[in-house]
Amino acid sequence: MKEGWRKLPLGAIIPEAGSAEKFHTGDWRSERPIYHPDKCIQCLICFIYCPDSAIKVEDGKVVGIDYDFCKGCGICAKECPPKAGAITMEREMK
Amino acid sequence: MIVARTGNEAMAEAMRQVNPDVVAAYPITPATEIVQIFSSFVHDGLVDTKFVAVESEHSAMSACIGAAAAGARVMTGTASQGLALMHEMLFIAAALRLPIVLCVVNRSLSAPINIHCDHSDTLASRDSGWIQIYTENSQEAYDSVIQAVKISERALLPVMVTIDGFIISHGMERIDILDDREVREYLGEPPKRPNLLDIDKPITMGPLDLQDYFFEHKRSEIEGMNTSLPHIEAVAREYKERFGRYYPVIDTYRIDDAEVAVMAMGSAAGTAKVVVDRMREKGKKVGLIRMRVVRPFPKNYLKELIQGFAAVGIMDRSDTLSTLGGHLYVETRAVLYRASHQPPIKNYIYGLGGRDISLEEIEEIFEEVLEIGKSGKVTEPVVYKGVRE
Amino acid sequence: MPLLEIRWHGRGGQGAKTAALLFADAALETGKYIQAFPEYGPERMGAPVQAFNRLSDEPIHLHCGIKSPKIVVVLDPTLAETVNITEGLPEDGVVVINTTESPDAMREKLGLTKQKVFTVDASKIAKETLGRDIPNTPMLGALIKATGILNFDSMLKSVEEKLKKKFPNNPELVAKNIEAIKKAYQEVGR
Ligand code: SF4
Ligand code: SF4
Repeated sequence: MKEGWRKLPLGAIIPEAGSAEKFHTGDWRSERPIYHPDKCIQCLICFIYCPDSAIKVEDGKVVGIDYDFCKGCGICAKECPPKAGAITMEREMK
Repeated sequence: MIVARTGNEAMAEAMRQVNPDVVAAYPITPATEIVQIFSSFVHDGLVDTKFVAVESEHSAMSACIGAAAAGARVMTGTASQGLALMHEMLFIAAALRLPIVLCVVNRSLSAPINIHCDHSDTLASRDSGWIQIYTENSQEAYDSVIQAVKISERALLPVMVTIDGFIISHGMERIDILDDREVREYLGEPPKRPNLLDIDKPITMGPLDLQDYFFEHKRSEIEGMNTSLPHIEAVAREYKERFGRYYPVIDTYRIDDAEVAVMAMGSAAGTAKVVVDRMREKGKKVGLIRMRVVRPFPKNYLKELIQGFAAVGIMDRSDTLSTLGGHLYVETRAVLYRASHQPPIKNYIYGLGGRDISLEEIEEIFEEVLEIGKSGKVTEPVVYKGVRE
Repeated sequence: MPLLEIRWHGRGGQGAKTAALLFADAALETGKYIQAFPEYGPERMGAPVQAFNRLSDEPIHLHCGIKSPKIVVVLDPTLAETVNITEGLPEDGVVVINTTESPDAMREKLGLTKQKVFTVDASKIAKETLGRDIPNTPMLGALIKATGILNFDSMLKSVEEKLKKKFPNNPELVAKNIEAIKKAYQEVGR
């Protein structure tokens, strides 16, 4: 249930930071990026380009993709250096 | 302290005493002096204000919105075309519930180009969600600017305070100004509200808001305006207790036993008071209603007040260009709908583009309204007083 | 004092507005309620301009134009030929005019009968003291002498203070203005 007007904060503000986390853009995917760690050269280009911060990074290294938020745009696969080719796109199977 | 000040000087003086955090402004006749004088206060180090000289009024209001969103106490000034250029941003300031105080010098809107007074500029932004206070003279303008800061911070709505172009803005009058210390003590620090620079409580302002929430947010803003009148009244009462001067939402003059009344707004109401005195001397029972707060429209007070008269003449320094007449007339008619007693009312549109309205002309209006009171008949509901046919 | 209304006639650049402001300020200091306002047209050097004062012991609510002032002050003698400077002047009205002519000659020229006419060569005084034909401050002196509305010394003090604020780096100019006012006060005749 969404709140009625009396309960909303004044001025249509969003009073909490990072509330986008509650919104799973992963539902939008029709294609899914597959990360191949063996081919990855850890250039982090995919991390920079991903519009939804869905490239998971730990200790400065790419470790995978967060499918809750990855919307399947394919930018990471496109930007991953061809000589590495560490991300490929597949049809989403739900 | 008793001093001689023009309306513009009085408003600039009030701004100096308020010592806002940010003023972003662009000059326009006849309001230029307000921000020009204020900028010299900034230059002379008399205020701590960050003065942002922008390239247009649209930018001025945008910068004010940004500063207010960051938690600052913000003021600016404009007139006419400048206010029109701000129009888009006015709605945003109000919907974001930002306490901004805008000093407006009323001037007609082009075309034809004219720099003199009428109320078409602020009345064209009456639906923007701003509180609107129309003042009669320099003294009231000065007091109202200080009050507006308090009102805006309590109601969490932006406030416009207006003076009549040239008549008040450039006319020097005797006014009584407060000590700087008194003003600063009265206003105190602005109450804390959610803002963009609060890193402990980060918030988002102005997000996209579609079918699922926009209506609720708008409804909440409407409620803000609906419930703002008590804030305005409370501030007026406190101000009276502290400083002695009182300004009601609707100012009245000698109406207690009046048979008929004339309604007016701005500087002409002062002239009309003198007419009331003259007519009273001749034994004619007339009184004056001066609308001071127009947004929120004080419908209940007005309804209560106006029902007791045999007739009311409504003076408008603007026309809605809608076939309906002037703004005050149209809104008063709406208020009177289904009232138990509906006095006949007649609209006198006057003074467009700064056309002087004389004592004699206002007396003619009163005489006519007395006649209407007797006959109960209004033949021509909207007339243009002082225009050449 | 009941409501007193004054109209100043000058030409753009002669300081009619400044004179009205200085006069109102001086009156304020004697405890009066005041108004001072110019008539705003296009502002051009040399064009005929007007400025106005209202003075009263009571608060002034009027915000309409002034149609029949009790006193008219004329800063420029040539205006008498182009502008109707006596418009609306009541029978007990007073004209104070900057001219080389005598009060009688001026009265005849203006077609006045009952009204009082005072003349002073304020331009000469201005040129002699200030070195320029800016007759507004001397005319203040003439106005006070002719009408007695304000105490001369307190008016002088007020004007001096205001001019000091306006020209903080030019005490000589302030002193010359004061001298011009005093001279006009002495020389104005009826
Ligand atoms: S497909 Fe798009 S959203 Fe998903 S990880 Fe790659 S760049 Fe990010
Ligand atoms: S762009 Fe490709 S190679 Fe570079 S870090 Fe990402 S997956 Fe690895």
